[in-house]
Amino acid sequence: MEKKLYTVIIFSENSVGLLNQITIIFTRRQLNIETLSVSPSAIKGIHKFTITTFATEDMMNKVVKQIDKRVDILKAYYNTDEDLVHQEIALYKLSTELFIKMRGVEDLLRKYNARVLEIDEDIVVLEKSGHYVETQALFKELSEKIGVLQFIRSGRIAITRSKVERLSDMLATMEEKIKN
Amino acid sequence: MNTKKITGSEALLNALIAEGVDTIFGYPGGQAIPIFDSLYDYADKLKLVLVRHEQGATHAAQGYARVSGKVGVNIVTSGPGATNTITGIADALMDSTPVVVIAGQVPSSLLGTDAFQEVDVIGITQPITKWAYQVRKPEEIAWAVSRAFYIASTGRPGPVVLDFAKDAQVGLVDYVYEKLNYIRSYRPVPNIADEQIEAAAELINQAKKPFALVGQGVILGNAEEELKTFLEKANIPAGTTALGLSALPTGHPLNKGMIGMHGNVGPNMKTMECDVLIAIGMRFDDRVTGNLETYARQAKIIHFDIDDSEIGKNVQVTVPVLGDAKETLAAVTEYIRPTDHPEWIASFRPHEEEEYKKVIRKEVFPEEGALKMGEIVRKVSEATGNKAVLVTDVGQNQMMGIRYFKYSRTRSVVTSGGLGTMGFGIPAAIGAKFGAPDRTVCLFMGDGGLQMTIQEFGTIMQENLNIKMIVLNNNYLGMVRQWQELFFKKRYSGTVMANPDFVAIAKAYNIGSRLVEKREELDDAIAEMLEYDGPYLLVANVETHGMVYPMVPAGASITNIIMGE
Repeated sequence: MEKKLYTVIIFSENSVGLLNQITIIFTRRQLNIETLSVSPSAIKGIHKFTITTFATEDMMNKVVKQIDKRVDILKAYYNTDEDLVHQEIALYKLSTELFIKMRGVEDLLRKYNARVLEIDEDIVVLEKSGHYVETQALFKELSEKIGVLQFIRSGRIAITRSKVERLSDMLATMEEKIKN
Repeated sequence: MNTKKITGSEALLNALIAEGVDTIFGYPGGQAIPIFDSLYDYADKLKLVLVRHEQGATHAAQGYARVSGKVGVNIVTSGPGATNTITGIADALMDSTPVVVIAGQVPSSLLGTDAFQEVDVIGITQPITKWAYQVRKPEEIAWAVSRAFYIASTGRPGPVVLDFAKDAQVGLVDYVYEKLNYIRSYRPVPNIADEQIEAAAELINQAKKPFALVGQGVILGNAEEELKTFLEKANIPAGTTALGLSALPTGHPLNKGMIGMHGNVGPNMKTMECDVLIAIGMRFDDRVTGNLETYARQAKIIHFDIDDSEIGKNVQVTVPVLGDAKETLAAVTEYIRPTDHPEWIASFRPHEEEEYKKVIRKEVFPEEGALKMGEIVRKVSEATGNKAVLVTDVGQNQMMGIRYFKYSRTRSVVTSGGLGTMGFGIPAAIGAKFGAPDRTVCLFMGDGGLQMTIQEFGTIMQENLNIKMIVLNNNYLGMVRQWQELFFKKRYSGTVMANPDFVAIAKAYNIGSRLVEKREELDDAIAEMLEYDGPYLLVANVETHGMVYPMVPAGASITNIIMGE
């Protein structure tokens, strides 16, 4: 079966040690985590993990079931890029001296829709959000022109295209169940 | 509410009592002394069984849980005490056994400092538990203990670890028991889906050659009666997994024996001929399926399970039936039509006859030569009226034990199935005796496994536990030797054992014992063992090069059965 990039979205309780419980499920199957992002979700007390990995769909299916099985996990899903609106953010630290001397700063910023976050006599920090290929393209161009002193890219964050918020539906059913 | 402040240790023991615990298998140490100190005051309510090694504690808890259906409990100390329980915890996860391991831990102020006897118990046990939690404050105890028991015992059961910091043991708390029966993020039993029930029933109603595979899920779900009604209504022949043995009595006409690597010929062959394969509470382990590429390709497969992650894990399923087997089996039974498949059922017969002729007759009813493992197992089983609990170690003794013992009651087999843990036998038998004090407990082990946990003879002595132990001694690590004979040109690397005088060792522990080597003495020796008032070790010197047949080589298709010469 063909391997492709999947985005695993996990909703969990906010308890200690959950990240380890999730990563060991990937490790055991020798799946490399490409990106990882963890933050509180829109629902109070519930955390959201967004993990990308290359795998076959069959493998993804099994991994998500294993994650879902953990006691403190509310729900785990996997998606392909087509199901998602996704984004990463990148920061680029550059030398102020070279940046100022570089030709076409305005064109570059417009072309990449990047912005300057910080500037002082030594360094400039640019920020760009976008897909991997987009942040990577800016990195490549800056590296070739003036060199990049430091570069950091965040893990992917993603939102599903479907109309329903699956977790809130699930929580509603659960609450219903307790009442009965 | 009336409360008075008590220590965390007392709160823990109160919580255990509230959960219905009456027996604890434990071993003290520096970071668990406060708990053991409190146990001193609770001796009338909580029986403490002092094992000789923490691995023994976990296996004893497993044996206890497997025969009683209750949660097995351990209390051990931090560091090495906790790491010694790991094998048993992993075993309990593989075999879905409800166990709660409570391990002492260094005071929370010392956590992460490499303090004496500190080890990262949570980090180590997360991959092999349903839940692992570190208790740092006495206020968490009521919550953590009820959660531990709820998680261990519900849905697909499994092990839970509570890592108990010393300050939580000695701190004072207003203890109030909190019964827990709901965790938002945990759904132990999936809702029954009517469309799955109907789809399964429809497949079964259309089947000409249905065949059921019965796993431990039936026992764990107390669904033995529902299973019988289901099978009988449509006359569906069944095979069981090793852990599913005793879910259906051996003598039931629809029970066609055990499936898998050393299973019976009939059920393995028929797995590859049936048109509808009905798996109930089993997980298509590789020792059951052999080569997955060829496994039951002709059949439509129905899989009853409580654990969604088992559906499609190894075998593609036509109809999954999620839920508790007790409910799902009853629901499907309503929709199936009473029917019979006499020709199909009769077609198992030639395979049974072939296996009897080529394997069983020679193994169970030999007339000459050295003692055979199978004949001893069968004689012991029959001498107990086929009512005893069978405990085994791992290896040839295990396969011979489960193949030739007969079962008339449920929860009669305690064996390490998934993990295959040598050394499981003695401590598991100790636990089984505490879990079923009114039943005869017979343990079969090899000379290898016996010596892995031989120290538990001390526990048996101290408790004067009436366990009947049989060591099938061939002075080899027999199962590995068997593989070496068949697949490694008889190069017996690391399998020859020079053994001590087991009778003398047993006697040193005040355990009755006798050596038996001759066929004509066997009945008498077994009778002596069973009549003996107290623990007994029967040392049976068996043929040195015994083989467990039938055998499906690892990774081969399950119709590829070796039966010996």
